[in-house]
This record gives sequence, structure tokens and C-alpha cells, in this order.
Amino acid sequence: MAAKTLTIDGKQISAEEGASVLQAASEAGITIPTLCHLEGVYDVGACRLCLIEVKGIPKLLPACTTKVAEGMEVSTDSERLRKYRRMTLELLFAERNHVCAVCVANGHCELQTLAYSLGMDHVRYDYNFPKWGVDTTHRLFGMDHNRCILCARCVRTCWHVEGAGTKNVAGRGSKSKIISDLNQPWGHSESCTECGKCVMSCPTGALFRKGSTVGESERDRTKLEFIVTAREKKQWNA
Amino acid sequence: MERLKIATVWLGGCAGCHMSFLDLDEFLIDLAGKIELVYSPIADVKEYPEGVDVCLIEGAVCNEDNLELIHKIRARTKVLVSFGDCAVTANVPAMRNQLGLDNAESVLQCAYVTNAQYNPVKPKEDGIVPPLLEKVQPVHAVVHVEYFLPGCPPPADRIKALMVQVLEGKTPKLEGTQLKFG
Repeated sequence: MAAKTLTIDGKQISAEEGASVLQAASEAGITIPTLCHLEGVYDVGACRLCLIEVKGIPKLLPACTTKVAEGMEVSTDSERLRKYRRMTLELLFAERNHVCAVCVANGHCELQTLAYSLGMDHVRYDYNFPKWGVDTTHRLFGMDHNRCILCARCVRTCWHVEGAGTKNVAGRGSKSKIISDLNQPWGHSESCTECGKCVMSCPTGALFRKGSTVGESERDRTKLEFIVTAREKKQWNA
Repeated sequence: MERLKIATVWLGGCAGCHMSFLDLDEFLIDLAGKIELVYSPIADVKEYPEGVDVCLIEGAVCNEDNLELIHKIRARTKVLVSFGDCAVTANVPAMRNQLGLDNAESVLQCAYVTNAQYNPVKPKEDGIVPPLLEKVQPVHAVVHVEYFLPGCPPPADRIKALMVQVLEGKTPKLEGTQLKFG
């Protein structure tokens, strides 16, 4: 495949045609904050944290769904980007009920980690305090809609790693929600294989294994990584 | 050098932030030499004084007493610090906001009537029991706040990091895990 040369933060980089800016940056050792991106499933540009500036294009673009192009000049860090990333993060916190102190993912949460790494010390927007429920009908797992950021990692993992197609997104805007099958209690789902890959993929405390308490909910992604490596590199590393 | 006038206040919170403050251990001795503690739940002062330099505020704004006090504090204090997650985010006390606008009545009903084993009655004593606000708010949603110290509770070393900078008259800078919520 043809190689493309571009610059990211002033650094000359060559990347394979068809690669995303996020992939190219990561191979060059440049870190771009992400939240909805998950290795092994396709990108959707849902969280807007990986926004970048591309010279000649006035709007900001998500690094995960923007393909590299010849001569492209990318900037991953600027006053403007930091401002928007912080805003996006604060809006994520304000949209639903993220009460870190009593969350099963406290200490193992990618949203929480991003917040402190990007210097978020408070949220300037009014909190929504919406009323969402917790679906605990499944034998093994629970879904807490209060903690969901609608990154759809679980949906993509369920469809494209497990191939079960249980999880979906229903609704519009901030009222969107992750559903099981035809919006029925998870425990009644006929398609769910109980594999638990959605739980492994979740960046926050929205999906959890029952019986795990605050601080215990460390994400074990080894099974996901095993499948993705097997699929992409044909290596079955047990 | 004149000692800085420091206050700490306890609004709608569990006192855990103040417990963490006491965890400063020997630093409290250093602190005692440099500040004058003019108002605090751990000092017997009835009225919030005038001319306070720095006030650490624990807890969210939950009831009418909290609301009155926070406005008084703002008017009489140079620097306000939201001290802990309840002050910064409204945290656990704000979970009742999810129940909608009649939540103040429904939480009282649930706690004091529905689940009461004996003497089921909602607490009401004018002038003694402060009425709950319709909505629990973080402090900065009510008055301007200069600095934020997240954590539930903020660990003692985080409080120390902030206090040392404040005492030196600097704008405190906390970074990385020093800003972790929860």
C-alpha cells in the first residue's frame, strides 16, 4: 500500500494510506486523548476528545476517523484544542450522573483519568441530574445508564468482536441510551451470549460485573486483545 | 508577619473532608504557627467573622442555612476554596436532584415516614430544622469560588499541597492525580 507523508506537531511522519491520523500519531509516539476509541473495533468519532487541527480546514476534526493524506499538517495540541477538550469533558460530566465517589469504576475509569490528566478541577456547566435507571436483570452483569457516555464501545464490541448484536443505541441526543435487543431488560435478551466483552470494553462504570464493589472493577481486556490479535495478526497468543 | 485568617466550614457533606484535614498530622503544628483559625466546626465560634483571608468549604449547598451562610462567607472572605467533591460537584448529596423538583419532600417522606420504624413524621421545626432547597448545588453554582480541591475526601497530602501554596500567596496549582474526583 502507498505511504503518505505528513507532519504531526511539526514532526515528519509517514503512514500507510488508509490509516487514521490517530494511528499515525500513535505509531510516531504522539499521544492524543481518546475515549470512544478501542483497539480492534472500527472508530465512530463519538466522543470528540481526539479533535485535531488540520491546516487549511477551519473546523476541528476527530483524529480517529480522519484519514492521513499527503502533505497534511496536523496539530494535536493548541490553546484552542485544550479549550474544546476541556469543554467536551465537562459536558460529559454534566450530562448524566457521574458520582465518582460511589461508582464501581472509581480508580479504574477512563473518564475520571482523562479528567484529571487534562486538568479538569470543576465543571462550569449546570449539571443535568437526569433520572436514569440501572438494569440489573442480567444474571452476571449490570448496566448503569447514569454512568454511560454513549461511546458505543459496547455496541461495536458486541456486534463486531462477539458477533451477537445484542447491544444497540436507541433514541436521540442526550436521551439516547444503550439497549439490549429490542429495548428489553438485559436479562430477557435472547441474543446475549453472556460473553462479557461489552463489560470489558466499557470505559466507565456503566457496564459492570455483578458482585464487584467500588474500586474492584478493574477492566480485564486480555480476552478482547487476544481475539483482536488473533484476527489481525493470525497469532493465537494464549 | 500578620497571620492569615483561615476559616473552614461544613455545609452538606459527611465531615470526611475535615477528617482528612486532621490527617495533616504534624503539618497542623506548622500551620498553627502561621494562621489564625477564625471559624471552623473544630473551633467554637458562633458567628462567621469579617475580613477572612481564606475559607475552605466542605459540602454542597443543600438547605436554606447553607445558602445564607455561603453568601455571608462570600461577602466576608477574600479567597474561597471548594474543599472536596461535595463542594466541587455536589456529589452524593445531589443524588436527590435526580428525583425531580419535589425531591426535597420525597426524600424526607422516604427517610422519615416510609422507612421509619417508630414515630413516622417529617421533621419540621421552624428556626431549628432548616428547610431543604429544591435542588442541591455545588458551591460555585451559587457564589464565585477561587480554587477547587477535588477528592472524596481530598487526601491530606493534597490539602497540604494546596495550603502550602495558598500560604505563600501563590495561585495554587494542582495537577494529575492531585485532581482526581472520587
